[in-house]
Amino acid sequence: MSVVLTARDLTRHYEVSRGLFKPHATVRALNGVSFDLEAGKTLAVVGESGCGKSTLARALTLIEEPSSGSLQIGGQEVNGASKAERKQLRRDVQMVFQSPYASLNPRQKIGDQLAEPLLINTHLSRSERREKVQAMMQQVGLRPEHYQRYPHMFSGGQRQRIALARAMMLNPKVLVADEPTSALDVSIQAQVLNLFMDLQAEFNTAYVFISHNLAVVQHVADDVLVMYLGRPAEMGPKEKIYAKPLHPYTQALLSATPTIHPDPAKPKIKIVGELPNPLNPPSGCAFHKRCPHATERCASEEPQLRLLDARQVACHHAEVINGL
Amino acid sequence: MTTSTSSPAPVADPSTLYPSPLKEFWQHFARNKGAVAGLLFMLVIVFCALFAPWVAPHHPSEQFRDFLLTPPAWLEGGQSQFLLGTDELGRDLLSRLIHGARLSLLIGLASVVMSLIPGIFLGLLGGFFPRLLGPTIMRVMDVMLALPSLLLAVAIVAILGPGLINTVIAIAVVSLPSYVRLTRAAVMGELNRDYVTAARLAGAGLFRLMFVTVLPNCMAPLIVQATLSFSSAILDAAALGFLGLGVQPPTPEWGTMLASARDYIERAWWVVSLPGLTILLSVLAINLMGDGLRDALDPKLKNAV
Repeated sequence: MSVVLTARDLTRHYEVSRGLFKPHATVRALNGVSFDLEAGKTLAVVGESGCGKSTLARALTLIEEPSSGSLQIGGQEVNGASKAERKQLRRDVQMVFQSPYASLNPRQKIGDQLAEPLLINTHLSRSERREKVQAMMQQVGLRPEHYQRYPHMFSGGQRQRIALARAMMLNPKVLVADEPTSALDVSIQAQVLNLFMDLQAEFNTAYVFISHNLAVVQHVADDVLVMYLGRPAEMGPKEKIYAKPLHPYTQALLSATPTIHPDPAKPKIKIVGELPNPLNPPSGCAFHKRCPHATERCASEEPQLRLLDARQVACHHAEVINGL
Repeated sequence: MTTSTSSPAPVADPSTLYPSPLKEFWQHFARNKGAVAGLLFMLVIVFCALFAPWVAPHHPSEQFRDFLLTPPAWLEGGQSQFLLGTDELGRDLLSRLIHGARLSLLIGLASVVMSLIPGIFLGLLGGFFPRLLGPTIMRVMDVMLALPSLLLAVAIVAILGPGLINTVIAIAVVSLPSYVRLTRAAVMGELNRDYVTAARLAGAGLFRLMFVTVLPNCMAPLIVQATLSFSSAILDAAALGFLGLGVQPPTPEWGTMLASARDYIERAWWVVSLPGLTILLSVLAINLMGDGLRDALDPKLKNAV
């Protein structure tokens, strides 16, 4: 299997003005994220609001420059790439957005929107483009007559399928999906998710699937990256993490997932407080103020990711907590 | 009643039930009675302007020396060949009004086009480069807005010299800032939306983003503004004509007609009132139409109905 996306210590800092006479503050929205993604695999990024999931998406799709760190797409380094190379790299990473109502141009026909990536990036003739668009439309379950219609004539699920079709038009190596089903009706979510997986099987695309819905993640992911305040808390194969989460934050997240038949033997772990202010992150482990297992060491020393039980975890006390 | 035995009717697709955008627009527009009335009145004016030589009973400059200041036909002493009476030189007022519509509409249209196109372009630049060009363009527009519009128009005409084309230029310059501001505001609102990011990801260049992706979504307020400033352009042209800076006599233009006849207001009210009334009615009609357009194009108001 070939690695199509490699991120090493990816960071993204924002300068925030706090007033005329105060120095600028730095928000570390993304603070050292590393992973490898193979073709045809899905990496799910989970975490609560404000943990840097969307910033990661923007960095991966080259919408925003990472502040530091390295990003390789298909083996080619993004940093220092020329304008032409960058344009080529951009083709290889496409994105599906959260809201299907905002991600389609309301004044453009569906056919034209789907053909736009081809028009810009290829030299296909008009009829060839149309043929490709029709083929893709059929693949995502749209009928040929939808070609001439405007986005407002479609339901949310149909729109998300259109958005997916547009992202797949250029046959990208990586597809970043930023909470693609959270705006949809539950009955439609499964349809759209299955379509995502069908297309992945067909085109062997690698997915970065951002979500806060752990049930969805369990359905689609191969690997899971749990983020907290811009840092990875735990990363590893889905089976490992779902079967036995090692990081206290992952444990809390998983125990918060609603189930139809709750297991009374498993008490719900409640974490108190809110996500700390990223302008003023806590010292040491970012999670120590909310962690039930925190010690003095957690407040002073920042835990690094280390290999434990076939996954990486950033916690000083992972062994003790989990009895390993 | 017909039974559904004929052809195997295709399953009704819910999305075919949506009306086309144009039809939907017309439905909303037609709901506003004032707007439809304005549209009808404007259609009459446009028809008169287009076919002026055939519609008008006389040549607009032909002087009937025996019929100076004849009152309208329905008044005592009126002549049936001069339906709306004649002016101080014996020219038929109706014919002059009909021919004047040509010029007034031309001025309105030309000045709207001449301010709309640069206005959109400057607004797009200002919106797409919020750090570099935006502040510069907007400050220049602020300076133009700070001057009273008619005064600015008078100053421009005074520099360029009176005449039809310079009037149009002056009016276009005066109405430029509102287009720039509107476009920039709309562009800045649209730029943060996901479909613009999606177009960027697809590799769209600056021009494509500007004119294909963003601009069509900013057109609704601009169309309304164009309609409304069409009427103010006619008013401004009339005001400049009244001051003697606009179209020069004997060309029939509503404002100039008003100005040249003001000495006779006590003896022959129709010479002044009828051009004034024509200006009033056309501006009113265009404004009503603009209101209707705004209601029909604004999606927020649409949902509120």
